[in-house]
Amino acid sequence: MAAPRHRRRGFSRRVQYGLFAGYVIAIVGILAGAALLLIARLDPRAFGTLRGVAVDAGALFTGVGRSGIDGLRDAGDAISAYVAAGSQNEMLREELVRARRALIRSKAIEAENIRLKKLSRLSEHLPAPILSARLIGSTPTGQRRFATLSAGTSDGVRPGMTVRSPDGLVGRVYESGIFASRVLLLTDGETAVPVKITRSGQAALATGQGDGTMEVRALIAGGNPFRRGDLVVTSGTGGVYTPNTPVAVVTVVRGDRAIARPLADPARADFAMVFPIFQAPVADLPAQPKP
Amino acid sequence: MIARKGNPYMERPALRVTLIPIASTLAGSATAIVPIIATEPIVPPFGLMMLLAWRLLRPEIWPLWMALPLGLADDLLSGHYLGTAMILWTVAFLVLEWVDQLLLWREGWIEWAIAAVALPLLGVGAWALSQPIGSHTPVLSILPQTIGAILLFPVVLRLTARLDSWRLKR
Repeated sequence: MAAPRHRRRGFSRRVQYGLFAGYVIAIVGILAGAALLLIARLDPRAFGTLRGVAVDAGALFTGVGRSGIDGLRDAGDAISAYVAAGSQNEMLREELVRARRALIRSKAIEAENIRLKKLSRLSEHLPAPILSARLIGSTPTGQRRFATLSAGTSDGVRPGMTVRSPDGLVGRVYESGIFASRVLLLTDGETAVPVKITRSGQAALATGQGDGTMEVRALIAGGNPFRRGDLVVTSGTGGVYTPNTPVAVVTVVRGDRAIARPLADPARADFAMVFPIFQAPVADLPAQPKP
Repeated sequence: MIARKGNPYMERPALRVTLIPIASTLAGSATAIVPIIATEPIVPPFGLMMLLAWRLLRPEIWPLWMALPLGLADDLLSGHYLGTAMILWTVAFLVLEWVDQLLLWREGWIEWAIAAVALPLLGVGAWALSQPIGSHTPVLSILPQTIGAILLFPVVLRLTARLDSWRLKR
C-alpha cells in the first residue's frame, strides 16, 4: 500500500494555520516538559498535590483487583506445596531439629542481653509503628520502582517515613495522596540505606539497582568484607531508618562489592507497617560554661 | 446558511470517534497500576505501544500536540518525573511526521520495524530522564520489557485496528 499523505497543506489557510499551530504547541510543550523535569530535579516534592491525586485515583482501581490476584497466587502456592510434600517433609523435620537448638541458644543470649542492657542502663529509642496498611500495587512498566500503599495523609502517612514488612525493610514513602501513597522500594536507584553486616559489624551502604537487587559497598576501602549469605541489617546511622531492621542477603560477591537480594518481597507482604522517621537519641550536650 | 442536520459534511463526529483512541491509550498507560508488585520492570509500556499503534495506523486523527496531555497522564500514572513522557512522546510524534514524508510505502511489516526502532530508543530515553542523580540503575534493566514490547507490538496493532473499525462503525 502506498503511504497515505496526511497533513497536506493545500491552499486552505485554515489547514495551514492549524498545522503550524500544532508544531508551535508541540515545541512549546517540549520546552514546558523540560522545565517540569528541571523543577523535579531541584525540588522532588513539587506538584505533590497533583501527584497525590493521581496516586489516589490509581489506588481506587488497584485495590479492587488486588484480592483476586491474592487468591490466584495462594492457589498456585497450595498446588506446588502438594506436589513437593514428600521430600519437603523430611527436609523440614531436619530443619526443625536444628531450629530448636538455635532457639534455645538464642533464648539464653536474649536473657543475657537483657541483663547486660540493665547493667549498662542502655535505653533504645525505637519508634513504634504508626499503622499497618496493605501494599496494593506497583509500577511494573516504568524505570522507577514504586509500590502503592493503601494509606495516605488522612492516616498520618507523610513522605520520608519508612515502611517495613514482617520480613524486613520494604522502602520509604515517596509521595502521599489522601488515602494512598507511593512507596519507593529498596530496589529503586534512588534508595541508599546505611547498613551493617551482622557477621562482622562492618558498616556499608546498600543502594538499589532497579533490577530487583541491591549493591552493597563497604564504607572502608580494601579487604574482602562480604561473604555469600551474609545478612545485611540497617545500622541506623544518620537517622531515617530504625537500626537492626533486616534489609537483604548477599548473593554474589565481587571483590569489595556485593550484590544482595532484599529479604522482604513486597509482592508477598500482605501488610506493611509504616514507621515515623527514626531520630537517633541526641547525646547530652556539654553544658555552657558560666561566664 | 447551510443546515447542519441531514448534511453529511456538517455532521459532528460522534463522541465515540474521538474518545476511543484517547481512552485506549490511557488504558494502556493504566497498566502501570495493575495490582502486581514487581521489583523489576517486566511489563511492556502498553501506553506507549497504544500511542504508537494509533499514530502509525491513523496518522490524521491526532494533532501533533496530542502527545503532551497523554504523556502527562502516563507520567502521573507511572510515577516518573513529570515531563518525561511529555517530552519523549512529543519528540517521537515530530520524528514520525518526518518519517511519514520519507516513506513511500506502508505495510504492517514496516510499521513493526518503525516500532522496533522507536521502542528501544524511547525506553532508553525514559531511563535517562527518569533516573535521579546518583542512581545505579543500569540501562540494561529495560531490556526484558523492551523485547516483550517489540514482540507484542503486532498484537497491539491488530487490537488497535479492531478498535478503529469499531470506532468508525455506523
